[in-house]
Amino acid sequence: MSRTPRISVLGSTVLTLALVATGCGSSGPGTAGDTLQIWALEDAAVNEIVERGIESYNTDAAVEAELVTFVNDAYKQRLQVALGSPNAPDVFFNWGGGNLAEYVDQGQVLDITAALDENPEFRDAFLPSVLDVAKVGDGYYGVPMIGMQPVVLFTNNAVLEASGLEAPQTFDDLLDAVEVLQEDGVTPIVLPGAQGWTQLMWLSYLVERTGGDTVFQAVVDGEEGAWEHPAMIEAMELCRELVDRGAFGTNFASVDYDGGGASALLANGDAAMFLMGSWDLAQQQENAPEFATGGDLGYVPFPTVEGGAGAEGAVVGNPSNYFSVNDDGRDPDTAVDFLVETLTSDAYVTHLIEAGQVPAVEGIEDQLADSEYADFAVFTHGMVSEAPSFTQSWDQALPPAAAESLLTNLQLLFLGDITPEEFAADMESHL
Amino acid sequence: MRSSSATERPGFVWVAPALLFFGLFGLGPVVIVLYLSLTSWSGLGAPEWTGLDNWARLVGDDQVRSSLGITLFLTALCWATQTPMALAFGAWAAGPQRSRAVVSSIFFLPLLLSTAAIALIWKAVLDPHFGMPARVGPMVGFDGDVLGDSTLALYAIAFIVLWQFLPFHMLLYQAAARQVPASLYEAAELDGASPFQRFLRITVPQLRHTIIASSVLMIVGSMTYFETVLLLTNGGPGNATRILPLYMYARGFVAFEMGYASAIAVLLVVLGTGLSLLVVRVTGYTRMTSQREGV
Repeated sequence: MSRTPRISVLGSTVLTLALVATGCGSSGPGTAGDTLQIWALEDAAVNEIVERGIESYNTDAAVEAELVTFVNDAYKQRLQVALGSPNAPDVFFNWGGGNLAEYVDQGQVLDITAALDENPEFRDAFLPSVLDVAKVGDGYYGVPMIGMQPVVLFTNNAVLEASGLEAPQTFDDLLDAVEVLQEDGVTPIVLPGAQGWTQLMWLSYLVERTGGDTVFQAVVDGEEGAWEHPAMIEAMELCRELVDRGAFGTNFASVDYDGGGASALLANGDAAMFLMGSWDLAQQQENAPEFATGGDLGYVPFPTVEGGAGAEGAVVGNPSNYFSVNDDGRDPDTAVDFLVETLTSDAYVTHLIEAGQVPAVEGIEDQLADSEYADFAVFTHGMVSEAPSFTQSWDQALPPAAAESLLTNLQLLFLGDITPEEFAADMESHL
Repeated sequence: MRSSSATERPGFVWVAPALLFFGLFGLGPVVIVLYLSLTSWSGLGAPEWTGLDNWARLVGDDQVRSSLGITLFLTALCWATQTPMALAFGAWAAGPQRSRAVVSSIFFLPLLLSTAAIALIWKAVLDPHFGMPARVGPMVGFDGDVLGDSTLALYAIAFIVLWQFLPFHMLLYQAAARQVPASLYEAAELDGASPFQRFLRITVPQLRHTIIASSVLMIVGSMTYFETVLLLTNGGPGNATRILPLYMYARGFVAFEMGYASAIAVLLVVLGTGLSLLVVRVTGYTRMTSQREGV
């Protein structure tokens, strides 16, 4: 009976492979044809605006454009697989920074510097600090297609007032508030620590405030020892101090941002402060409209750190999202033409503002002041346009492999499993 | 065996579809992954040959070692909890009573749910502020930090996997237990054996092959748990639940280091196959000795 073992070998191999393979499954790209394929993330409000831009472009264009949308989590993987294949998009959504640079290095992205120079009014319409995030080397490889998303400190003013506090202006204010709020039985700050990128907001702002924007720029430039910069270590220690003082409560590592739980904690008054991207306002308007419009929801820039080297008003966050053009696409010229025609058109910008976005465009203050969420829109636009620097979220600015390690290390740091020095030493290996 | 040409089967032709299928979807990908493990590739452009670089890195990677440890621990934990429970429940459910049939069909419900749905449901249940811990926690002085606690998160995953897969293994045991000849139990009863003795001396030995088959499924299955962990903790907090398949995914599809991820994938294939072979060998499953001699 010598057949059985072989069958069992075969059987278990097949089973193992089948199960392993399910981990790597990725379905093929969407439709392709003679139309211009524009890929973007699924986002009902923004998709509609792009659709309207496409419609108006299509009415007098030789080649028709078509929008294909994907959910956030799978998008980067899909794009990675599709680029360089015959089913690649012509125009694709991206975050600029390190991820875009990878595609540029592979020769997948069209350099649109010449097109920008030919259309100076289009180029100059954008806030330079935001447009520059799509700059790789000396060339421009993308243009902003959505509003700016700086990270701000949201507050529940009712909770702060109940404890006799105001939104903190400095880091010491913040530490005092943490102590008072804890005595009053409120979680001082919501931190959805199940996701490392929420902890990154704390680290990157603290690095910005203590050492200025050159500290992280050195990391981007791959300078040896950049992670071991004293400001980097100090900022990590400040993060640890916040955790040790109970600023985030004890169970932050179980809290998730997706699903809206963290935002609800602020709206419910279970917590007093929440450091999050400006997109959280939309979340609050959707799920807690009374809180969002009733005057209790406050927002301030990240507190300053006394004696820190950071320039006043410097901002951290997602400058914007970008549309880039595939170098191997069916018709790159038309794709560029579509971007130039659409993204700064009055209709497109107006639609963005109506949807609560703050476009990275100059000279729209009046329009913002008349918009539905005027206070926040004017605050955001003012904060970014006056900022001496706008540091892109580190996980988007860095290449994917380094970003992946960064987010894991952040979780370990906040859990107290590694020291700032170990964090820095591990990240040094990615430079 | 007779070798008359009239009854001989057209061996190769009969096997061809299965071989083709296995070659295309089984062996083919392994060969490709083996090749990719010798390259550096981001998924874009052409893979760049790097020889044994990925393998050298694999040997020196602390995260691989820790992930391997977590995977093996989770596998052992899942096996040690699921096998006795599935065996006991399965043997119980095999009884002819109507009440048992009703209870077991309720018990089989998780089998009908997709893994992703199960993971999301449990994630909501375990939420520290809006789930069960928020209600029960304060009564026992617990802050509800289940999925954010390095130790508890791993146990929670083992429990959810148990909840999900127990019915399946129970079904295997139930079917097998119904095959056990009633005469064995009657004879034992006449000899004065207690119900527990009958379970231990008749049911368990008779279910030996089922135990082995179910164990192999469990072990190979736990080597590749993926969705549950991805959706519940994404390997966190930190890297406390970062099992090897998840690490492979993180390297391949988050960090876009396809070459290195392929090396981890090969390690997983070898490990899964090796472990199931080991179980089959050690237990003597292949000898196919009769369990019912003289019955």
